[in-house]
Amino acid sequence: MARRPVLEFTDRGIHCPAGGFHVDPWRPVDRAVITHGHADHARSGHARYLATAGSAPILRQRLGDIVLDTLRYGETRQIGDARVSFHPAGHVPGSAQIRVEVAGEVWVVSGDYKLQADGLSEPFEPVRCHAFVTESTFGLPVFRWPDPAQVAQELNGWWRDSIASGRTPVLGAYALGKAQRVLSMLDPGIGPILTHGAIETSTEVLRRQGCRLPQTFAVMPDAQPRPDPGALVIAPPAALGSAWMRRFGPVSTGFASGWMMLRGIRRRRAMDRGFVLSDHADWPGLNLAIGETGAEKIFVTHGYTDIFAQWLRSRGIDADVVTTEYAGDEAQQE
Amino acid sequence: MNRFASLFAALDQSTRTTDKVAALVAYFYEADPEDRLWTVALFSGRRPRRAVTTTELRNWAADAARLPLWLVEESYPVVGDLAETIALILPPPDTRSERSLSEWMAFLQDLSGQPESVRKSAILDAWAQLDTSQRFLFNKLVTGGFRVGVSQKLMTRALAQATGRSEAELAHRLMGDWSPDTTSWEALIEADDAGADASRPYPFCLAYPLEGDPGDLGPPQEWRAEWKWDGIRGQLILREGLHFVWSRGEELMTDRFPELARSVDFLPPGTVIDGEILAWDGGAPLPFAALQRRIGRRNVPKKLLTEAPVILLAYDLLEWQGKDLRALPFSERRGLLDRLLHNLPPEAPVRPSPLVAFQGWQELATLRADARNRRAEGLMLKRAGSPYHAGRRKGDWWKWKLDPHTVDAVMIYAQAGHGRRATLYTDFTFAVWDGDALVPFAKAYSGLTDAEFREITTWVRANTLQRFGPVRQVRPELVFEIAFEGIQQSPRHKSGIALRFPRMLRWRRDKPAAEANRLEDLKRLLDATKS
Repeated sequence: MARRPVLEFTDRGIHCPAGGFHVDPWRPVDRAVITHGHADHARSGHARYLATAGSAPILRQRLGDIVLDTLRYGETRQIGDARVSFHPAGHVPGSAQIRVEVAGEVWVVSGDYKLQADGLSEPFEPVRCHAFVTESTFGLPVFRWPDPAQVAQELNGWWRDSIASGRTPVLGAYALGKAQRVLSMLDPGIGPILTHGAIETSTEVLRRQGCRLPQTFAVMPDAQPRPDPGALVIAPPAALGSAWMRRFGPVSTGFASGWMMLRGIRRRRAMDRGFVLSDHADWPGLNLAIGETGAEKIFVTHGYTDIFAQWLRSRGIDADVVTTEYAGDEAQQE
Repeated sequence: MNRFASLFAALDQSTRTTDKVAALVAYFYEADPEDRLWTVALFSGRRPRRAVTTTELRNWAADAARLPLWLVEESYPVVGDLAETIALILPPPDTRSERSLSEWMAFLQDLSGQPESVRKSAILDAWAQLDTSQRFLFNKLVTGGFRVGVSQKLMTRALAQATGRSEAELAHRLMGDWSPDTTSWEALIEADDAGADASRPYPFCLAYPLEGDPGDLGPPQEWRAEWKWDGIRGQLILREGLHFVWSRGEELMTDRFPELARSVDFLPPGTVIDGEILAWDGGAPLPFAALQRRIGRRNVPKKLLTEAPVILLAYDLLEWQGKDLRALPFSERRGLLDRLLHNLPPEAPVRPSPLVAFQGWQELATLRADARNRRAEGLMLKRAGSPYHAGRRKGDWWKWKLDPHTVDAVMIYAQAGHGRRATLYTDFTFAVWDGDALVPFAKAYSGLTDAEFREITTWVRANTLQRFGPVRQVRPELVFEIAFEGIQQSPRHKSGIALRFPRMLRWRRDKPAAEANRLEDLKRLLDATKS
């Protein structure tokens, strides 16, 4: 009788038959092993959760009162016939790749990951495995991230220029991960940093678990218009262009995302500035990470799956596309 | 290239007109005259000769990036721009170039006509010394398609601020047949204009569509009305015994319409007429389809000259006895035009486009309803006292077109757009029912909001039946109201008809596909317009 694979791809999510658990399932299951706290990976409604200690606070904050067990990176937990451990994915603080070993065969689910060090997330750690389940959000050769130091310079330069031209810079960034990464790149010497409530919540959670971030001031819903002429504002993308933004008077809008690499998308967003900053691996990163796993089988999930899998096959790597319901926090479906 | 690249970055990063103008003004102050001249040429749509084909460029880029060609091809629709795709996939540069814009242009011009190996190594060498944003511009210059969100009007405004000359004067100077090889900054912008090129046209005065009620325009006696013809807007220039014909798109069309050569026999030099070039059956315009056969043909075969002869129906007199009349009131210019043309024999290729006499707006509305029977698209309203403006200006000229025809059609194919619409499905093929089958009859890509395109894009991804390269065949479910200006018989189309200016008027979310229009409905419309 043929042995069942270590992981199966089902309509509820990635399933481990030997351990009876799912990884980042999108429909309610008994036991969910979670890579990180973004909404498309950590959903509500599961009976039990297992995650890293580093992502526990954000999971509790987002999902409320859940039954949650945690592991440190590298720590092993036996679940049924499977040995499970978490390894840094470098995506956001606390994010993990999940290593599953059954009878000596090792599979790794990457979740979302990046190789670039951001100074906040635990740096990505390559894990040797037989099969690797990789994201491909930016799986095209046009995506090659610029040096973050250069992006930091652009961000701070934009902040200064905006002040000089009498505008408040308002930067769109996802609440968990990207916003804090931007924070860590800003020069607080330029002026105060104001945050939208949704961003302040995530920032506060990460601060409490030890992320060192500059001081921020939450914008209260009833705040006075034009609070400070030298301030920079960070808000979730959805708040840009909304009534919420009007209180700041004349603004210069910016957006931080890997998609800002593409001029067409930048222009469609109709932002004044686009900053190329992503928490996902770029093209060289994806290829490097896959090479380092030594995996003989690659499963490609969310992103440019078809093209990326074809590319891997053209390089002699056995690769298949897996359909999932992950969108990626930088999903471009807007 | 650095100064030009930073100008481009400033223009590209800004969504505000004032910021764009300021960036251009600063550039016109700082840059070298040669670079300024090339910038003006590029931003006014003057393309350098193409030394390299896009196919060559793709192949060489794939080589340089060590990627298979198919992967470059797959990346292109995501980026939506070939120049940018190539700029992004190439490995980072190893040196930096100090070449200026005009030096790069000379570099490219030298490549023209060289064997492939020489051109390839030159391009690869250039890529290796340009950063991503410079490469993007370089590739744009190579491929010749340079549209960067700066209208000629905007550039002219900046040029006016930088040089202290009026916008109208500069707009006029920039018209016509020049390139950086045939002129200099000094000659084009600064020199005394006495020796201006005999062929130089005036900037066309353009009208906005009238959205509201003409009653809001004030007393009807202050206005003149004329038919709005569906031909090619053109300027006929008679100077120094020669004649020139320009299109509104600043294309010299003299050779395409040899009929107009005879105008020198009937009209004196020093005359410039604004009018509409139409295929003409002796007493009335032929349908646009007849003229269409003439467009794009530099050498016109005899047979076509007899089947679709053209004339110029004159709207306005811009120059008379060598004097620029544009500041005069329309009614005066028009009076001179009529005097000039009224005694011409029937074989003259220029005739006045008749004014439409009317007493009140209600009467004019009734006349407008008859426009299609006269082969016109509607009416033009011109303020009797208006000068001939340079470019599009609100207030004095209005086009009052007939409401378009409409048909409800089913979307059957979708394709992603380009540029800012890359990754969005925006180009659709529509079908109507013929029995139980859907027959494609029109393509359209405009008329919906970005939000609607996003929603449809998500729908297309989830409802694709088949893929043919970049085209997706989708479930025939979505119905759109398609507006169009005209309908013609067309043996080249499966449906047997071709529409003029089809666009999406709205998304009919309320209509199931089964209730879309039928081919018979369109055929009936075709018969009605023929009679």
